Amino acid sequence: MQIIVVGCGKIGTTIIASLVAEGHDVTAIDSRSEALEEVTNIYDVIGIQGNGGDCETLASAGVDKTELVVAVTGSDELNMLSCYIARQMGAAHTIARIRSPEYNDSSLEPMKQHLRLSTSINPERLAAEELYHILRLPSAVKIETFSHRKFEMIELILRPESPLVGAPLSQLRSRYQAKFLICVVQRGDEVFIPDGNFVLQGGDKIGITAAYTEFHKLMREVGIAQKQARHVMILGGSRTGYYLAKRLLNAGVSVKIIEQDRALCEELCDLLPKATVINGDGAQQELLLEEGLEDMDAFVSLTGMDEENILLSFFAASHNVPKVISKVSRDELGTLAQKLGLECIVSPRKIIANVLVRYARALENSLGSNVENLYKLMDDGAEALEFNVKDNPRLVRIPLRTLQLKPQVLIAGILRGREAIIPSGEDMILPGDRVVVIAAAGHFRDLADIIK
Amino acid sequence: MNRRMVFFMTGRIVLLEAALLLLPLLVSVIYRESCGWAVLAASAVALVVGGGLSLFSRPKTQTIYAKEGFVIVALSWLILSTVGALPFFLSREIPSYIDALFETISGFTTTGASILTDVESMSHGLLFWRSFTHWIGGMGVLVLVMALVPTGSGRSIHMMRAEVPGPIVGKLVPRVRDTAKILYLIYLVLTFIEIALLLLADMPLFDSVIHAFGTAGTGGFGIKADSIAGYTPAAQWIITVFMWLFGINFNLYYLLLIRAFRGVLSNRELWVYFGVTVAAVVLITCNTLPLYDGFGEAVRYAAFQTVSIVTTTGYATTNFDLWPELSKAVLFLLMFIGGCAGSTAGGLKVSRLVLLIKTVGRDLKRLVHPRSVGVIKLEGKRVEDTVVRSTSAYFVLYFLLVGGCFLLVSGEPFGLESNLSAVVACINNVGPGFGEVGPAGSFAAYSGFSKIVLSFAMLFGRLEIYPLLITLMPRTWMKD
Repeated sequence: MQIIVVGCGKIGTTIIASLVAEGHDVTAIDSRSEALEEVTNIYDVIGIQGNGGDCETLASAGVDKTELVVAVTGSDELNMLSCYIARQMGAAHTIARIRSPEYNDSSLEPMKQHLRLSTSINPERLAAEELYHILRLPSAVKIETFSHRKFEMIELILRPESPLVGAPLSQLRSRYQAKFLICVVQRGDEVFIPDGNFVLQGGDKIGITAAYTEFHKLMREVGIAQKQARHVMILGGSRTGYYLAKRLLNAGVSVKIIEQDRALCEELCDLLPKATVINGDGAQQELLLEEGLEDMDAFVSLTGMDEENILLSFFAASHNVPKVISKVSRDELGTLAQKLGLECIVSPRKIIANVLVRYARALENSLGSNVENLYKLMDDGAEALEFNVKDNPRLVRIPLRTLQLKPQVLIAGILRGREAIIPSGEDMILPGDRVVVIAAAGHFRDLADIIK
Repeated sequence: MNRRMVFFMTGRIVLLEAALLLLPLLVSVIYRESCGWAVLAASAVALVVGGGLSLFSRPKTQTIYAKEGFVIVALSWLILSTVGALPFFLSREIPSYIDALFETISGFTTTGASILTDVESMSHGLLFWRSFTHWIGGMGVLVLVMALVPTGSGRSIHMMRAEVPGPIVGKLVPRVRDTAKILYLIYLVLTFIEIALLLLADMPLFDSVIHAFGTAGTGGFGIKADSIAGYTPAAQWIITVFMWLFGINFNLYYLLLIRAFRGVLSNRELWVYFGVTVAAVVLITCNTLPLYDGFGEAVRYAAFQTVSIVTTTGYATTNFDLWPELSKAVLFLLMFIGGCAGSTAGGLKVSRLVLLIKTVGRDLKRLVHPRSVGVIKLEGKRVEDTVVRSTSAYFVLYFLLVGGCFLLVSGEPFGLESNLSAVVACINNVGPGFGEVGPAGSFAAYSGFSKIVLSFAMLFGRLEIYPLLITLMPRTWMKD
């Protein structure tokens, strides 16, 4: 698919990397030639130097034949303008990064309509959303909801004392009454799709799916349920911090924000009257302890510095805060911190890249592929794909037990009407179902591809 | 440096050569010639060498940085020539290996300088291989490999940059592989059109194919002692036009394909190239008018020779060594200019000269107005200062190379005109020079040492100096 990415900053580069890996033809536009040179040297893309809001630049990028234009420069206004002009010149879909809170309230919808934007992305809000989901179920490392919230998949790291450890998966299922499926396991750097004989170990990162309604029951029974975080400390009053605090406060969670900048503190006080805002340097351990770090259910480090986030998260973990989340933008640092023992790392750039990849796949869908939706799991080691089932005689009305699936593929859920099924070997797929497939290897474009 | 990847890619290219050698094999089978065995043996050697290299150096990572790109290109061209010389040597049609190597490098670099004194006695299979090397070398082997096999890394642009001539190498479409495919497709189609037209102009099939290869790569190997002189005027005009067409930047053909006609017409380099060609033709026609009977004939000879030299092809319809000094001087200067960037032609390239002249203009202005600010633009776009600087550096390096090689071959007893023109003709991938190495002569009389020097000069010229220079520096191979 032809895609134009306007802006080759940090986010732009991450987006380009994932879109190229997906096999799209990407054209990058930036006004700085150094940034462009860097990008074209590393990725197989064509670079065009110029202002993304300039007709001539867009024309030479071939905007009229482009399926998707993504504008992610540092300026909201330029992003909107590029998308608007691109749309006028014939681009089929446009996505703009609009991050400023002023544009993101009630004015967003009419603006999207007038500019004919397909959608807008707000990195900070997306990151806050993900953080909120995690805090809602703190034992999870990451939570993904499928099929309009009918299924959930949580990623969590097993402790050695967990009751799930040590028994083959086939036994586990009969032991617990709740319907669930352990569909993907990450051990070290390897990602497996486990079968019935697979035995879990402590330290494994697993992905469990269950119907939305059964999740809490399941978590209680297997003893990994933790209560929702009631007291959260947020370090850094950035936009992400603001969005997160707002959501948490609405859910009745007590929030304490620590921010260095006095003016920003006052602004936050104004916007979030229920939050406790502390003006001080979060890097001072004394301050954190004074503000009751040890009594917190969760600590979220959202300063602009990756290094500071990582180090302070270690500090919080050493004071037995049950849930510690750190925002790390640079991939290399994130993997390093994970190796050193930080479980829960959120990368805004990755979140956006995933959103865009998902969007591009959905677009491709209308161009022939059948993937309805796509989610990246286990640090991109596996994918969850949603398909709508057509009447394929090789697939439908056959018990799953007898289906010959390709290795490293699993059918994790079936949605029939309003009913969510966590399938066992006796279940079968019917035409009209929506199916969630988990795959750890290969790119699938059609449901029929998963059979041998 | 990622040595495994370097050797792996080089191995791939030699494997490709093994496959390419099957074409001349087919030709020698058709003509029932014994040289087929030599070609088959060379193909087998290529298979073993290439297979060995790619089997034993499976790379851990496919990453190619700028340095690897340069080294892969230079190394590939060296091995390609070494193996490509085997058919001539094994069949004993060129008994000396150094001569065979010179002939092959001259082929791949699309120079067309020959050590053969009696080309008409060669077998068809080897003549085909000799000209086929022009065709492969014209657009480049790595570009061919990129078009045929997918490379995992997005960084393969580095290889393309190292092989495709010109100061700025851009892509046509987002993917390198698609760009390579488009380039080769244009190349292939143009070649076929030329073969068809030459057939219509009463040239035999074999001769048409050979001359189309020689024209497409702007090489210049022929199969007759008098080059193109013996063919009909129509055929000569066709070759003139196609030589000129192959000297144009291939990006422009792509613009034609996507119907961006304005982009073609507003291309500055094309107009300068056109202007230089026309001016030279007019000048030479006036100068040589007394030698020929009639204006038409004079124009035909002048046009053919001008285009042949400016595109660095090197075909001849007349012995231009016998022309008046003014015409010879014009031809000599044209050798340096060469065709457009991104074409198959050699030389300094028109766009580089335009850039250099503009730089000189800016610096002159700066001498008068020390505070003046100047931005250099090419094709409507601002040229980065790094590009301007590296172009000036290239210019200096280029003349150092000419000077160095000239000094090294000056031991030959042929006089300044022959020696200098031999070096210039080799570095610019033209082929024939003046005097001893003129269109009627050959490089046969030069010593083995000089042939090796000139062979390197040809490689330096085709790859635009840097790749080979970087590969030959010991520091590149050390761990740093």
